[in-house]
Amino acid sequence: MKVLIPGPLLSYTQKREVEASGATLTELLTDLDRQYPGLRFRIIDEQHEMRPHMRFFVNGEQLFDMTHSLRTTDAVQIVQALSGG
Amino acid sequence: MARTTQKSATRKGPAVRKKRAPRTPPAHRVLALVATRKGAWLFHGDATRKTWRVDGPHFLGHIVNHLVLDPRDGRTLLAAAKTGHLGPTIFRSTDRGRTWKEASTPPAFAKSAEGEIGRAVDHTFWLTPCHANEPNAWYAGTSPQGLFRSDDGGDTWQPFSYINDDPQYRTWMGTVQDGTPDGPKLHSIIVDPRDPAHLYFSMSGGGVHESVDGGRSFSPLVKGMEVVDGFDVRNIAFHDPHCVRLCPSNPDRLYQQNHCGIYRIDRPSNEWTRIGKKMPRRVGDIGFPIVVHPRDADTAWVFPMDGTMVWPRTSPAGKPAVYVTRNGGKSWQRLDTGLPESQAWWTVKRQAMTADGQDPVGLYFGTTSGELWMSRDEGKRWTCIARNLPEIYAVETVQIP
Repeated sequence: MKVLIPGPLLSYTQKREVEASGATLTELLTDLDRQYPGLRFRIIDEQHEMRPHMRFFVNGEQLFDMTHSLRTTDAVQIVQALSGG
Repeated sequence: MARTTQKSATRKGPAVRKKRAPRTPPAHRVLALVATRKGAWLFHGDATRKTWRVDGPHFLGHIVNHLVLDPRDGRTLLAAAKTGHLGPTIFRSTDRGRTWKEASTPPAFAKSAEGEIGRAVDHTFWLTPCHANEPNAWYAGTSPQGLFRSDDGGDTWQPFSYINDDPQYRTWMGTVQDGTPDGPKLHSIIVDPRDPAHLYFSMSGGGVHESVDGGRSFSPLVKGMEVVDGFDVRNIAFHDPHCVRLCPSNPDRLYQQNHCGIYRIDRPSNEWTRIGKKMPRRVGDIGFPIVVHPRDADTAWVFPMDGTMVWPRTSPAGKPAVYVTRNGGKSWQRLDTGLPESQAWWTVKRQAMTADGQDPVGLYFGTTSGELWMSRDEGKRWTCIARNLPEIYAVETVQIP
């Protein structure tokens, strides 16, 4: 499925849109980390929690459940709120 | 430091003043490593430390808490970094900063058991190369407080010792709310140069701790240290060492800049002595950094800050100054020649002041307002070598052949 990458993570993927697979968001991130080592830990912590300001949208809907089921036709968007100074 | 004096040739006649031989240029150049809130910079000094070539920014936009070059190989450079929103990581260079790679496994706490609330590393705060006999090994201290070790030059990191998950140590670490405004920290990881199994670390808050068995056990070393009025000095969690340094010329002596004063300890004594009481009362003995002389254990430098009332954390009265002791803390002298005389409301954080190994010793500090200052004569005169950098978090130096 297509995954839209936020600007702060482009140093890993070098492109805005990548292909990745997984039956859940957790599996999708595992695949992204396999392709782009180090990416997952920048957005998911060691307790498997989303880091602050990181958000996941699937087909335009914001999700917080990392076990959410995915279909190959889904469009996933990783978004980072760039707040602060 | 011993000095050679010329004696007269005859007892009665006038002293024969020998022409002083020109100072031999030092064999090493100094590289100053500057970590800031918005990236890292390397300043390459010439042999006289009078001109500096700037290299940077590296990792622009990253919060870099510490940038350290491995003195054992002279080329491996580690940077503890995160951004405002991306998680923490370690960047590694094996060519002194020309190219960088990210650590495969940055410091991270163990996954908590089901139903328990685990901790997540917010940022790596402190990096210390391990003993000279342990090449490629490093320690890291994090916020919240955690102790980690890498045995492969900083590529992969594992929790070190038992303290990260020990119930007693977790109590002493307190909660995130108990820590410093930008997070409680484990810092001042020190390896005894005589013994790789003899370790110290400190926590803000959480006290100073020592291991003599390579980290299998640690115990607090806080006797003599004071805490904020109203708190119980017996509670380790209330102790807030800001910076602890071991004297290379006498590894039994350590100096400490604490939230509550300046201290010295001479091992095997287990009791710290508050040597900051000898500082001028109008200045006080509150601050973040402390620097020790590389060859003279009686000499140390501090950079006091205003710790009165609401703790402005600025230079006292807006007049920045370094203070030096040449006698182990019995007395202190003000060193401010070249520094702003008034209306300078910056200060220096705990990792942002250091010395080089030259003779005379060079001193360096970076300010919260982004200025990098140095002295080529052990603090007698100060020169600003960079302005307009982001807030400086850490300054380290290394001698390059």
